[in-house]
Amino acid sequence: MSASVIQTIEHDVLVVGAGGAGIRAAIECAQSGLNTGMISKSLLGKAHTVMAEGGIAASLGNVDSRDNWKIHFRDTMRGGKFLNQWRMAEHHAKQAPARVQELEEWGAVFDRTGEGLISQRNFGGHRYPRLAHVGDRTGLEIIRTLQDFCVHQGIATHMECTGLDLVLDGNKISGLVGYWRETGRFILFKTKAIILATGGGGKAWKVTSNSWEYTGDGLGMAYRAGAELIDMEFTQFHPTGMVSPPSVRGILVTEGVRGDGGILLNSEGERFMFNYIPEKFANETADTEAEAQRWLDGDREARRPPELLTRDVVARAIKAEVEAGRGSPNGGAFLDIASRRPADFIKKKLPSMYHQFKELAVIDITKEPMEVGPTLHYFMGGIRVDSDSQQTNIPGLFACGECAGGMHGANRLGGNSLSDLLVFGKLAGGGANQYVNNLTNTINCNDVDVSRILTNATDILNRDEGKNPYLVHEELQDIMQNNVGIVRTAEELQIGLEKLDNLKADIENVYAHASPQYNPGWNEALDLKNLIITAEAVTRAAILREESRGAHTRIDFEGEREEGLSYNIIIKKTDSSMTAEKISREDPPQELVDIAHASLKELEGEQIGA
Amino acid sequence: MERNFKIWRGDSRQGEFKNYSVQLEQGMVVLDAIHRVQVEHANDLAVRWNCKAGKCGSCSMEINGKPKLACMTRLSDYADDELISIQPMKTFPIIKDLVTDVSWNYEQNKKILPFKLRKAANNGKPRMYQQDVERIQEFRKCIECYLCQDVCHVLRDQGQKEKFVGPRFMIRLASLEMHPLDVEDRIPQIKAEFGSGMCNITRCCTEVCPEHIQITDNGIIPLKERVVDRFYDPVMWIYNKLFGDS
Repeated sequence: MSASVIQTIEHDVLVVGAGGAGIRAAIECAQSGLNTGMISKSLLGKAHTVMAEGGIAASLGNVDSRDNWKIHFRDTMRGGKFLNQWRMAEHHAKQAPARVQELEEWGAVFDRTGEGLISQRNFGGHRYPRLAHVGDRTGLEIIRTLQDFCVHQGIATHMECTGLDLVLDGNKISGLVGYWRETGRFILFKTKAIILATGGGGKAWKVTSNSWEYTGDGLGMAYRAGAELIDMEFTQFHPTGMVSPPSVRGILVTEGVRGDGGILLNSEGERFMFNYIPEKFANETADTEAEAQRWLDGDREARRPPELLTRDVVARAIKAEVEAGRGSPNGGAFLDIASRRPADFIKKKLPSMYHQFKELAVIDITKEPMEVGPTLHYFMGGIRVDSDSQQTNIPGLFACGECAGGMHGANRLGGNSLSDLLVFGKLAGGGANQYVNNLTNTINCNDVDVSRILTNATDILNRDEGKNPYLVHEELQDIMQNNVGIVRTAEELQIGLEKLDNLKADIENVYAHASPQYNPGWNEALDLKNLIITAEAVTRAAILREESRGAHTRIDFEGEREEGLSYNIIIKKTDSSMTAEKISREDPPQELVDIAHASLKELEGEQIGA
Repeated sequence: MERNFKIWRGDSRQGEFKNYSVQLEQGMVVLDAIHRVQVEHANDLAVRWNCKAGKCGSCSMEINGKPKLACMTRLSDYADDELISIQPMKTFPIIKDLVTDVSWNYEQNKKILPFKLRKAANNGKPRMYQQDVERIQEFRKCIECYLCQDVCHVLRDQGQKEKFVGPRFMIRLASLEMHPLDVEDRIPQIKAEFGSGMCNITRCCTEVCPEHIQITDNGIIPLKERVVDRFYDPVMWIYNKLFGDS
């Protein structure tokens, strides 16, 4: 197919992805006066943001006035095991309150405090009640607010349009080739800048909370264009996914259940999280059930229950209990809120959990405990960006949201993703605006490059036979689930890497049946090209980091190593192969170090770094 | 155990039901069965889905004639020997197989006058009280599955899409009109452009709503009342009701 005959649309900037980060970035671009386009794989309003349940973290201080950005920053760094990009964590903690407030001004209706302000709930790793929420459907509220606001901002929204590859002019961004799902026809977007907001790659695992869209498209496109990926070894397993029945395995159970008082029990009825309190958090965690109960009853001096430790800790604890033979019948743990809160409270604060268990598992969570286990949920790692502009090493290419790396370090706190989307969506929009305004020469899309992208996509349909893309995907998921799971060893990772390598030939030769018109088989085959890059990047980074930190656990290298804090792992394309290398971390600004290591008392009184 | 399914295959020009057989697993929902058909029998079977947990409203279709979310419809709800038939929503044009063109809905949404904020006194944080937002929080649970649009007689049987915006957007309008911080006036728009008078309150939309929103009673009827209060003099209205239009 020739590049000259395909449909072409021109924009100053194209945002790829229409979840929270993408829409917020597009709004920023449009409000800056840029001709802005936005593409999304699904319909508008269906991105994974809609699935976010518990809340959005921002130190509004509405429920506990002792909270402020410094304590949010400190919690985020501690949760990320200090591997976060310091400046990103600073931007995030400082700007999150304004982004939440702005949503309210655009029509969002969060749950209220008695004084009529935005209410905030407790969550893992957050010192104070910090998560603005709407029951357990916060993501829906946020994406709908953004969606209804963005349709009046003059943004050209192209729905069910999937990106295939970026086009460069020299070293600069000049466009993107994609296709319309409905017709299978191709489209060339000629743009001065591109903002990737494509989410993670959870679909590389078998047990995941992610939907079909999360195949690492942005990671794959950026990588092939020469961008760097960072921190890819850190993949978050959310401790509480559904485990039964088998067909719902992996579906998310919000951390809000624990934030609102839910406890974890093993098959012996023991509240086992008391046995897994890491030394670093011992000072701030209740060590008796009595104290945890006082915290739930609102005693401000009581320390937080161990169920609210960070997700990496809780996920490993559940896995350890199961392996010790104390798991629930379907290989998880019991999550009990029925015995802790009245039925009315549960239905009010956790309505969609009530609904989800009732309809899908035939369990009434106001009467009986849920069965839960770890599920692949989130990528801390992603495309490497500048902490201020969100630009990658490719001029004109920006990234924000889950597909960008660095903000969360080795582990993300719950509630910090929704705020990340908005804070960095806006910053990426600002960065793109500045870039476009400073661009002097015109840029072109090379016909040869465009044609090559088209041929790669149509080859799949033009073969007479080949592998079934769905089965190849299942094979990839098995590899990642078994070899690059919640705990890892060099040996298993190496075997995984070899298996992935063998799978590459299959992915090159997948075959999709029939015409390109709304053909999920073909779409799946195209997604696999990005998913295999994502899976290989995680595996290679996981091999290189020989320590256990945050979400990355190596049983052959237990515990954090001091030198582990001195580097981040970068993945990039060299010739035709992938390389993983360690790069030294820069020394952080002293004022941020002081805040991160200050005592809570000092920060509550604002004595540090004021 | 195996189970048989009848799935509509085709495009905007033509189509027919085709039979597929799928091996069952415990707790399976209709969407799982469709995915197995894709893997084993028909790679190109077109279906929309995302969250698989009833939160995104993508997998709307008609299962044994009833508008439903495929991800929340358990196979165990049907008798073992019952043939399950799956087809696309009827109210919207077919693109392919189970996928319909729902773009009309996005066009309606765009016509709605946006939220307009009442500025807080002294530039403070806006204040709203829980008891005042609860009724619009019900409307804001909407996941935009458009099953209510699919089942609405005015849209489905009478094809009057140019006259009535449909239940989904009536409750979106209600969520704006009843928002404590909104100062826009949409009542004239609701009467003229969006056709609030077209709904004859059969409550079919409420029945199919997977979020159990009381669309008719809490959303549409109060809006109809606001239109009546604004545009029809109550004395004349009662007179006309009793003695017929003069």
